[in-house]
Amino acid sequence: MKLAIQINEGPYQHEASDTAYQFVKAALAKGHEIFRVFFYHDGVNNGTRLTTPPQDDRNVVARWSELAEQHGIDLVVCVAAAQRRGIADADEAKRNGKDTDNIAPGFRISGLGQLIEAGIQSDRLVVFGD
Amino acid sequence: MSEEEMMEEGGTVKRFMYVNRKAPIGTIYALESLEVVLIGAAFEQDVCMVFLDDGVYQLVKGMDTTELEMKNFSPTYRALEMYDVERLYVSKEAMEERGLTPDDLVVDVEVLDETQMGALMEEQDVILSF
Amino acid sequence: MLHTVNKSPFDRNSLEACLRHAQEGSTILLIEDGIYAAATGTRFTPVVEAAMKKFKICALSADVKARGMQERIIDGIEIVDYSGFVDLVEQNERVQSWL
Repeated sequence: MKLAIQINEGPYQHEASDTAYQFVKAALAKGHEIFRVFFYHDGVNNGTRLTTPPQDDRNVVARWSELAEQHGIDLVVCVAAAQRRGIADADEAKRNGKDTDNIAPGFRISGLGQLIEAGIQSDRLVVFGD
Repeated sequence: MSEEEMMEEGGTVKRFMYVNRKAPIGTIYALESLEVVLIGAAFEQDVCMVFLDDGVYQLVKGMDTTELEMKNFSPTYRALEMYDVERLYVSKEAMEERGLTPDDLVVDVEVLDETQMGALMEEQDVILSF
Repeated sequence: MLHTVNKSPFDRNSLEACLRHAQEGSTILLIEDGIYAAATGTRFTPVVEAAMKKFKICALSADVKARGMQERIIDGIEIVDYSGFVDLVEQNERVQSWL
């Protein structure tokens, strides 16, 4: 089964990112394909590399990056939502006159079309939100 | 197939439903879900938008955000037609319990009761919630 | 269809909206705070028990346990793990998340 995942909320504030992560891990373990994970609304905040969560709890951002690296998963942060909330890669930062970028490894910034494409190309699209 | 190719050629056409259940303004979901619909229109899928619960408030006439100093996105609903997004459905129960009629709304809608709405949901390939 | 409900019935009307729209024979998976709808002895228990005649109702084990509700789940509600969640997505042609 080819899966598309939409995550509407940021790390820690809501459980959405946790549930999605555990779902994705279980799907991979069963041999399914994750076509794309698309982060929208406050979900784009899952893509900041500037988090320093407490050492004795899970690192939501880092484990997405690790999952992307280990399994080649496409983690896409919506550009419009990211611009509103201050998540930028080097190109975006330069284009918008920011003095730095903050995107976490394994994430890329792209348009809403990537979400629609994921819906078209996948067998199922599952939404995690509030 | 790239996103551009998918948009240009005739390809897979799926039935997409955008579900709106939240009031506008208090949260960004109404505005950002509308942005998905507009971008998604370029993919020429079979699209409908449904408004349930407080989502019907998104379509109310006379929204004036001047004093709030927030951009008024209400006029954008009237642009949907230009993007060939014409199938807008509102919940009969949601309208009635809020004392609204279709005349109170900024766009033409079709009113569906819960049974009809549930049946419409079963016909979809991809259901996006915000 | 597979429906997921992730908010408590005391907090949001998401469960109610789901129950009113879901067609008979659907599967409803309670996740996150939605698992509170699976609890015995609440004012929603009769609603959920009645719904169980129309729908297959499941609850996600990680969320049930995390909230200490393991001993309070209505008889007949199937507890599934994340792997079971994936299976439910595969078994149903479409998924709708009631947020």
